[in-house]
Amino acid sequence: MNKPFWTKWRHLMFVLLVPLVTSGCGERYLVLNPAGPVARIEQRLIILTIVMVLIVVIPVIILTAVIVARYRDRPDRTAPYMPEWSESKVLEVVWWGIPIVIIGIIGTFTVRDTFRLVKPQLPEAPLTIQVTSLNWKWLFQYPDQNIATVNYCKIPTNRPVEFVLTSDAPMNSFWVPQLGGQEYTMPGMAMRLWLQADKPGVYFGHGANFTGKGYAKMAFDVVATDAQGFDQWTKQVKASAPPLTKQGYKNLTTKQDIVGKQEFSSFPPGMFEADIRINGGMYMKHQLKEATD
Amino acid sequence: MTVAEHHLHEWEEDHDLPLEYSTEEGGLKIFGFWVFLVTDMLLFACVFSTYAVLFRHTNYGPTPVGIFDVKGFTAETLILLTSSFTSGLGTLFMRRGQKGALIGWVLVTIVLGLSFIGLELSEFIADVQNGATMQRSAFLSAFFTLVGMHGCHVTFGIFWMTSVLIQVAVRGINTVTAPKVFIVGLYWHFLDVVWVFIFTVVYLIGELT
Amino acid sequence: MPASVTNFATHFFVLGDPLIYGADASIVLVTLAILFVLTYFKKWGWLWREWLTTVDHKKIGIMYLIAALLMFFRGGVDAILMRTQLVWPGMHFLQSEHYNEIFTTHGTIMILFMAMPFIFAMFNIAVPLQIGARDVAFPYLNAISFWMFFFGAMLLNLSFVIGGSPDAGWVSYPPLAGPEYSIGPGENFYLLALQISGIGSMGTGINFFVTILKMRAPGMTLMRMPLFCWSVLAASILIILAFPALTAALALLLFDRLAGSHFFTMLAGGNPMMYINLFWVWGHPEVYIVVLPAFGIFSEVVATFSRKRTFGYASMVASLMTIVVLSYLVWAHHFFTMGAGPGVNSFFALASMIIGIPTGVKVFNWLFTMYRGRIRMTAPMLWTVGFIPNFVIGGATGVMLASAPTDYQYHNSYFLIAHFHQVLIGGVVYGMLAGMYYWWPKMFGHMLNERWARHAFWWFNIGFYVCFMPQYLVGLMGMTRRIYDYPGDMGWNTLNLVSTIGAYMMGIGFILLVLDVVYSIFYGERDKTGDPWDGRTLEWSLPSPAPHYNFARIPIVTARDAWWIMKEARRGDLTDVSTTEGVESVRVTQSKQTAPQSLKQSGPLQPIHMPKDSGRPFVLSVCFFIFGWGLVFQWYWMAIPGFLGILASLLARSFEKETSYHIPVEEIEKTEAAYGRL
Ligand code: HEM
Ligand SMILES: [Cu+2]
Repeated sequence: MNKPFWTKWRHLMFVLLVPLVTSGCGERYLVLNPAGPVARIEQRLIILTIVMVLIVVIPVIILTAVIVARYRDRPDRTAPYMPEWSESKVLEVVWWGIPIVIIGIIGTFTVRDTFRLVKPQLPEAPLTIQVTSLNWKWLFQYPDQNIATVNYCKIPTNRPVEFVLTSDAPMNSFWVPQLGGQEYTMPGMAMRLWLQADKPGVYFGHGANFTGKGYAKMAFDVVATDAQGFDQWTKQVKASAPPLTKQGYKNLTTKQDIVGKQEFSSFPPGMFEADIRINGGMYMKHQLKEATD
Repeated sequence: MTVAEHHLHEWEEDHDLPLEYSTEEGGLKIFGFWVFLVTDMLLFACVFSTYAVLFRHTNYGPTPVGIFDVKGFTAETLILLTSSFTSGLGTLFMRRGQKGALIGWVLVTIVLGLSFIGLELSEFIADVQNGATMQRSAFLSAFFTLVGMHGCHVTFGIFWMTSVLIQVAVRGINTVTAPKVFIVGLYWHFLDVVWVFIFTVVYLIGELT
Repeated sequence: MPASVTNFATHFFVLGDPLIYGADASIVLVTLAILFVLTYFKKWGWLWREWLTTVDHKKIGIMYLIAALLMFFRGGVDAILMRTQLVWPGMHFLQSEHYNEIFTTHGTIMILFMAMPFIFAMFNIAVPLQIGARDVAFPYLNAISFWMFFFGAMLLNLSFVIGGSPDAGWVSYPPLAGPEYSIGPGENFYLLALQISGIGSMGTGINFFVTILKMRAPGMTLMRMPLFCWSVLAASILIILAFPALTAALALLLFDRLAGSHFFTMLAGGNPMMYINLFWVWGHPEVYIVVLPAFGIFSEVVATFSRKRTFGYASMVASLMTIVVLSYLVWAHHFFTMGAGPGVNSFFALASMIIGIPTGVKVFNWLFTMYRGRIRMTAPMLWTVGFIPNFVIGGATGVMLASAPTDYQYHNSYFLIAHFHQVLIGGVVYGMLAGMYYWWPKMFGHMLNERWARHAFWWFNIGFYVCFMPQYLVGLMGMTRRIYDYPGDMGWNTLNLVSTIGAYMMGIGFILLVLDVVYSIFYGERDKTGDPWDGRTLEWSLPSPAPHYNFARIPIVTARDAWWIMKEARRGDLTDVSTTEGVESVRVTQSKQTAPQSLKQSGPLQPIHMPKDSGRPFVLSVCFFIFGWGLVFQWYWMAIPGFLGILASLLARSFEKETSYHIPVEEIEKTEAAYGRL
């Protein structure tokens, strides 16, 4: 404690904050490397909020260091000591004001983007994928193509994809960081998540809400290819994969295990909706509507 | 008395106040009990909101209209309202120092409370015999929990009142027993208020929809 | 052995894991050691008379403190185990099941059995002394609160070796925690342990609410109260208004598990979302319940060690109360991604961010209390100054999380983990440690060693940043929380390694802290004045440790910082204060002539009315424990007698005649004379 206090802090802060601010460069930072419009809106808002809060954080940390250094009780100190000085209207207005302004700005953009992300304008018909989280795997059903996959899904690039999410197990959360934020998958409910990939690639996805023993292994891939590649792939799955039977689905749900990637050339019609209904969707009319329309 | 003096003589009695408030301890207990009632009220509020969320979730089983017995719950309501009044009379006579009247009215309250519980139990038993059990559906889980929770409160209140009654009978009305009579009375009124909500939210709305 | 016995044993005792055998062995050994020491030194009577039956808030505070530190240790060991497992992908240190149990008990213990008793320790130690009272409003209830907390904590801790720990996370969401997916007694332990200790917390909330409103010394208006008392008042209001929601959530989930009801099940119409709402209606206020008292402690510490009046007292009070109100309006920010509409999400996002405003104001006020002060960097001040940058960053990331669209990317990731550890450790733990160092002499009559304290602080503080800053980054890289293993090709490895190193550094910090305590018990400087820090509030007017009746004569308060003013008056320093801005005029009325210099000068003493000790709170809580244990295993033959025991204890209390007694004047004079204060 012989060194001036604040030099330690300055050093520490430098080491810690700089990587945080500049981390956008590394492509490992999935959240900051969007590959689609939704993730991009979120990334911009993230950067905006980081900058806004740093406007407060950095000065406050510097101020702390300076005050502590200057007003330490030392024999050689020259700073004034005013033990009764405890009020100042001007100062207080200033620091009620600063956070109000900062929060005002962040709040405005937050509300704007909250509404913006509800449902995108659709230039073309979206691709619908019905996602069910199970213990401990992901089932993807393509109602229009009548195929299904487990633990990965393929999507065409530059076309909006409507993920309809539910769970036939404890609730999980569907998260593909580079395409956009997560949404819970909940039994008895059909939740919508709109995502889109701008460029081909394999995007890392993971269940984000804890569901027990095998949860840590609930990673999945979202593979984006161009429209042609996507069509080819569906055809190939239809031609070569086995069908998903009722019994097959039952095995997926009741065997609490971890499996690899799988494909199915068809699935029993209405299975997804029936699941939602029986798990509580029948009491939420709008949920059923969401699931089927 | 200034604040300072009041504190210097904190354990002495203050005769300007009603008996139950006349010692510092009595006053504190009553105030504390009010705060407790706030927490209990909130507990009921949470269960009420759960009921409100779940009462249509009947799982193809019994519905509110199907199981509620209009005569039964009307009688329960009347009995409980009356008992609140008689317990109020008890507190009144406590303040006047009339031990006999106090004991009498509290006894009446207890009897009314017992008959309320008896009616409620017979209603529950009938429901269960008709297959309307707590395990049948979310609606029934919420119904039995909400109404049953109130019933447990009432049962507890009956035991409590009895214990206070014995104390008054043996030790008379004094600065120790008076706050107890007052507090158990508060509790009883509170249960009455909760019942009014149950009557409205569960029974009336249940019958109407 | 008959099959039924082995079958029972495998379910009752958790078998097959060396870690658990280790825990079994250490529990047995520690228990035997404690029993031996107590018997050998003939301390059973002492234990019962002085501690188990006490209703003295100072002793109850000390018991809370010890329990909190023990639980901090237990939770810390959990943390170290988890970080060891996560040090590199593919580790085989813990299996998934054990990792899940450990993070569940870690979270539960840290919030409910570390942070809560720690704040209650501070409530008990400081509040009555600061407001000039002889005890809390309901001393008997206070003892019940402690023992309920204690036995609730026991119940949860025993689950590790008996029956199996809960493993559905500290939030315990159904359906995962419901009867379909959590078979066995683990979740029952969680539900009953929290329920039992929750009753205790509710009691504490009511108790301190009434104490602060009704038991203040004459002249201590609300606006003359020390800020710590304000923060306790705020936290008590939050407890009173928030805990019922937890009680309801836990009870309904318990019904689902034990009685087969369908509140939160997937089938038969249950609605798990209802649980999540109830949980967070309590959960968000809960985080403020634990952090507001820490704010209060920082306010005391900053003023004392800057030798200066608190800057912007009125603002401080206003911001506390604003936080109380706002913290009920934000719970849904814990599930922005659960499908609420944009209107709802916007509302909760804005409300959450707005909490940042009063919080920010407090930070500025602390800084400007130091400004133009004379800062002494003692241990309590060190934790306080360490808290500021820590909490500012944590609050800032809180605001970032509150921005709903971005939360879709942070939620359930390590970014969130880093946020709440930063506010909970940087805020609550730093605050409680500051409070512990600050009031330690008042509790035990000796100081903690400053040298050790500095080492402990720097290890812990630097360790904190090393541990948690990488977690923000790894969160942005997509790492989700609650995983016992992770893919090795995501670029997460190094950051996790660094984080684990930081965790070990914090562990070293904690060990140093414990060593400081042990060292100081033997060699710590004795506090003979009762006012070692040159304090400002009434607790420092008393000898250390305070006599069991606290104040021989209830002080009369004329201004804020009551003890400081009394000291100034005694020194005759009060001549020119009336010219200073913002000082109440009453202060001038005291002068050197009128200020009493000793007890006798201000008139004869009066006998003191005190509550009697009682063993019943302990017995009552044991009955709750038996009742709870019976329910955990659904052994009704055990639960029912436990329940009857509870009723019997309550009844016995009701019939009790003499619950208090008077301390005669001679005894007070003798005690005060021993302190040299007559
Ligand atoms: C500036 C004030 C704060 C804001 C705006 C804020 C905001 C948030 C938000 C939005 C979340 C939810 C994030 C998510 O789940 O995705 C969150 C989580 C959390 N916060 Fe804060 N927070 C603040 C201060 C605090 C404080 C003071 C504490 C505790 C002392 C705290 C403890 C927590 C905890 C424990 C969680 C996570 C709970 C869990 O999911 O297990 N926060 N905070
Ligand atoms: Cu929150």
